[in-house]
Amino acid sequence: MAVCVAVIAKENYPLYIRSAPTENELKFHYMVHTSLDVVDEKISAMGKALVDQRELYLGLLYPTEDYKVYGYVTNSKVKFVMVVDSSNTALRDNEIRSMFRKLHNSYTDVMCNPFYNPGDRIQSRAFDSTVTSMMIQVC
Amino acid sequence: MSKTDAEIRFGNPTELHGTKVQIPYLITEKNAFKRMDDEDKQQETQSPTMSPLASPPSSPPHYQRVPLSHAYGKLRSNTEQMHPAPYEARQPLVQPEGPSSGAPGTKPPRHQASLIRSFSVEREPQDNNSNYPDEPWRITEEQREYYVNQFRSLQPDPSSFISGSVAKNFFTKSKLSIPELSYIWELSDADCDGALTLPEFCAAFHLIVARKNGYPLPEGLPPTLQTEYLQAAFPKPKRECALFDSYSESMPANQQPRDLNRMEKLSVKDMADFPVPTQDVTSDDKQGLKSTADEALPKDVSEDPATKSGLLPPPPALPPRPCPSQISHLRVNSKRSAQPRPPTQLPNYGDFRLQKQSEQAPEAELHPQLNRAPSQAAETSPAKKDIPYSQPPSKPIRRKFRPENPATENQDTSTAVGGPASAATVKPHAAVQKQSSKQKKAIQTAIRKNKEANAVLARLNSELQQQLKEVHQERIALENQLEQLRPVTVL
Repeated sequence: MAVCVAVIAKENYPLYIRSAPTENELKFHYMVHTSLDVVDEKISAMGKALVDQRELYLGLLYPTEDYKVYGYVTNSKVKFVMVVDSSNTALRDNEIRSMFRKLHNSYTDVMCNPFYNPGDRIQSRAFDSTVTSMMIQVC
Repeated sequence: MSKTDAEIRFGNPTELHGTKVQIPYLITEKNAFKRMDDEDKQQETQSPTMSPLASPPSSPPHYQRVPLSHAYGKLRSNTEQMHPAPYEARQPLVQPEGPSSGAPGTKPPRHQASLIRSFSVEREPQDNNSNYPDEPWRITEEQREYYVNQFRSLQPDPSSFISGSVAKNFFTKSKLSIPELSYIWELSDADCDGALTLPEFCAAFHLIVARKNGYPLPEGLPPTLQTEYLQAAFPKPKRECALFDSYSESMPANQQPRDLNRMEKLSVKDMADFPVPTQDVTSDDKQGLKSTADEALPKDVSEDPATKSGLLPPPPALPPRPCPSQISHLRVNSKRSAQPRPPTQLPNYGDFRLQKQSEQAPEAELHPQLNRAPSQAAETSPAKKDIPYSQPPSKPIRRKFRPENPATENQDTSTAVGGPASAATVKPHAAVQKQSSKQKKAIQTAIRKNKEANAVLARLNSELQQQLKEVHQERIALENQLEQLRPVTVL
């Protein structure tokens, strides 16, 4: 279960960011922000190869002592960043991939809404519910 | 929707919209209705056939309501809880409202509320509140027809989609906020493909109408608005459309004037808080009042045909619609009715309708016509019932009636229902409709003039303000000079 989920636009500003409420949200925001550099680095590294072959899932961006940060980038350079608790060792890579895939599907649903202008903050309730389902259940 | 929730939410929308007068009323009414509806519901469920208007059990519950709502057009929204009950309440003519007899008092208010609602529905295509007994999310026959008409105005092929941009432009006219529209889209576009099929469009329209009437948006798509349900409930879109055409012609005209009346009078009554519908609502209330309804009907009828005519011409693919002459007639009526409505009531829907009418005749007319048609339908609930059940016979009847909408509708309804009131109302309706249409035209022109005058005055005001500022600055400068020169002069 993720502790923090963020959607970053192509211009590197957040479209959606949500953290588990009990944690210090600012810390997560900062982590997401620093992870953007890593994402860009990975994109540029992969970009040398054919863009078509670039995989959307970026994998572990950087681990800290408490958390691990995973990244995912879409073909339109919209980035999904997910922070998970390091103690949650049961989380496997495949699970992270599936979570990102669900996020991506929800994101495309949001984009399909004609009332949504790309670049706006995401306020879709369906998207919120998807993220909630992935967030860690903090009592 | 639970009553409590509705009640709670009811308050919110009003605040949001600031609707103004009606909403507070509606809220109370709504609450009252809710409680009563529950009681009625129970009663109704037990004896759905009690009300004369109740449609045969084979038809979905909303059919029953339809007759009621049809008669009252607007009540639909109110009756959300007890569809059958509201019908009964609405049909004072019919009377014997067995099921809801338990709460006779509640009925009238509900009736009004539903009338109001139905009105608003008529006024604004979106307002069509479903007459779901459990909640306002059920779409009545009239509403459905109205929605289908609107759909056709955007997309001639009922089995195809409306693209996202087209739908966006259309729904933006409703003057709801973008986040709300975005949420409504999210609810109604079940497959998230960025396009709306007919059931999805009806659901979205209905949600918008409900929202305009002040109903809080649900957390999830209500079951009565889901695609499968809508497709099952309305298996013959064409027929409905055809019916609708006939309806809309008569209905919009009737409904519009009715709405106006109702809204003004019974804003409170109508549960539908749609601001726009207020006009319709008022008309609905009238219907509820029965005597007024009769008057309204004729008016509506006349208006409906006009609106209908307006609507009909635009969609070429529409099935045999009422005569174009009727349409034009309707258009005129609808426009007139539409214009006065919005200014009086709610800026949201009303403007949506009216402005659009002038700018987009087909759409606007459709809406008012739709509203009217539903209202008329509601009034002539019996007719409505006939419609679902005996579509073929009713259709031809309607067609004939169209030219004489007021008369036909009444006749239709009377034959269908055999309600004495309907017959009587037919004649007065015709006269009333004509008068109302004329009045509407006059009111609309007056409104236009006032708007122009307002614009001119606003400009003048801004210019004068600027001049005032400049003069003020000059004065300050002069005072400064004076201060500087003072010692000199003194010396």
